[in-house]
This record gives sequence, C-alpha cells and structure tokens, in this order.
Amino acid sequence: MYGKGLRALSLATFAALTATFALVFFYAPLDADQGFIQKIFYVHVPVAIVTLCAYVVGAVFAALHLMKRDRKWDLRSYVVIHIALIFNILGLLTGAIWAKASWGHWWVWDSPTLTSFLIVFLLFATYQPLRFSIEDPERQARYASVFAVMAGAFVPLNFVAVRAATATVHPRTFGSADGGLPSQMLWVFLLALVAMTLLFALLCAYEIASKQTKWQLRALRRRLMGSDAVAPLGRSAAPALGTPGPRREGSAARSPRNPAEAAS
Amino acid sequence: MNPLAALLAVAPALPLDKAGKYVAAAFVVFVGVIVIYVAIMAVKLQRMSRELHELNAALDARANAEEARDRAAAEGAQR
Repeated sequence: MYGKGLRALSLATFAALTATFALVFFYAPLDADQGFIQKIFYVHVPVAIVTLCAYVVGAVFAALHLMKRDRKWDLRSYVVIHIALIFNILGLLTGAIWAKASWGHWWVWDSPTLTSFLIVFLLFATYQPLRFSIEDPERQARYASVFAVMAGAFVPLNFVAVRAATATVHPRTFGSADGGLPSQMLWVFLLALVAMTLLFALLCAYEIASKQTKWQLRALRRRLMGSDAVAPLGRSAAPALGTPGPRREGSAARSPRNPAEAAS
Repeated sequence: MNPLAALLAVAPALPLDKAGKYVAAAFVVFVGVIVIYVAIMAVKLQRMSRELHELNAALDARANAEEARDRAAAEGAQR
C-alpha cells in the first residue's frame, strides 16, 4: 500500500508547525540584541539544518543504491535531494530577508556561511539536469548516485571549513562563546527543528507515494489496454520505477517484472 | 470574553514597524512555498485520478462486452 502512515505524519506535522508558530510569537522572548527580527531564525535556521542533513541522507541512500543495486534507494535519494533543494531555496530566501533587515543588504558575499550555502545549492542544483541528460534509466540511476555520494560528502566538509573560518559576521545559533540560546528560546527552536524535520519527511513521503502510484497506474494501463495504450516514456529526471514500455529508439531499459515490487 | 479576544489580550504587542514586515515576509515566503508545492501535488493527484477513472471505464466496458458475449452465446445454445 502506498502512502502508508501519511495521515498520521500529516497530523503530526500540522500540530508541530502550529505549536511552533504559536510559541515563536507568544512564548519565545524577544532577543535583546536583534529584537523582533530574530523571530526569522525559528524558520531560517531549522530549514537550513534540515537541508544540509537531507543532502547527507540523500548521499547515504545513493550509496545504498550503489551497494545493493535496488531501485528503491535511488528513488529515495532522488526524492530527498529534490525536497532538500526546495528547502534550500527556502533557507536562501528567508536568510536574504533576515540579512536585509539586519545588515541592510539582501546578500553579503564576504559571509562564508551564506556563500557556502549558495555553493551547496548550486552544486545540488546540477543533480536534476545530470539525471535529465541520461536517458537510460539504469545508467541514470548509477551516475546520479555517484554524484549524490560525492556531493553529499562535500556538505559536512564544507560545514566544518566554514565553522573553522575565523572572520565571520554570521550569527551562531548554538554559539557557546556568548552563552548560546536562553532556555525559553532553545525549546522553541528545538520544536521548530522537529516541525521542519516532520515537514520534510511528510513532503518526501507524499512525493514517493505520488511517484509509486503514477507507475502503478502505468502498469495497470498496460495490463488492461495493452502496450499501445501506454504513452511512450519521454526523457525524465525522475527515476523509472517499473516496466518502461515503449521508449524512443536507441534507449535500452531494464524491466523489473513487478513495478510495485521495484517501487515499494 | 470570546476566545479571540482572550488570545489577543495575552499576545505580546507585535512591533509591526520596520522589523515586522521582514518577519512577516519570511513567514509568508515559507508558507507560500509549501502552498505552491501542495498545489503542484494536487494537480498531479487530479491527473492520476482522471487516469484511474479512464481505467475504470475501460474495465467496465470490457466487463460489459464479455457479459454481452456470454449472453449471446447462451441464447445461441438455447436455440
């Protein structure tokens, strides 16, 4: 069954996000230094943390795909990186808004944290075009996994390198030098982190369920109406989950017997 | 006191001046991106629902054709 547990996950995400927003505005104290602008951090920082962790998770899934040769890991890696890119955009946008409010500029190029986050985004933004450029699903999955592993390994290295940089004006949420966050702020921040993680997991679950259902429908159409009734597969960045059916000339596609088996 | 008034009574005075609009923008961007994503998923879901409807119709047509063929065969046998 596709989308198992989606309802519970949706409810948990909704509850966590609602509680987070309520606590951010009605419970968390105003920051003595930044004032009201600091409220942006409850969205921006958890989104950025989830994004970077998701890239590493995508790399782990890609490594599992390379080791086990199982298509489900390629699908998971693809979906995690896909949603992480959306979160990355969110992180960049909310960060730019905070920068404008606090520094008076939408973007500051000499801030290592900002620039490195943009570099990570640009690196992973090439993941989809890479997949799209390879038509054979087997090769597409393999090459994309190799890329995801390499790019994923870059993320923690990049994070450590930026942390090691001495000259920085970007605030540190958990910085111990200034005593870190007060407990009231910390609890709200941790709840926001949980909410963003749940939201990320929910969007991934929806995306995976949607892709699996799409391929199941395709297989069903072929069984009911024959191969002629199935539209030829065009070039796509998304992983092929089942029997591809008619394809353009010159492409070789592997065909697992049961699409649902391959997808689940 | 109604619940909304009670909530507003305990709510802090939000400084909706210069800082307020940036905070509002950040939260609106967050919610907006999620809503756009949900809308894209809804379009995909609609497409799948339409395809499922087509497949159901094809299945019904096939079942009706088989039923008609069986009935014609039975009538032929009776004659």
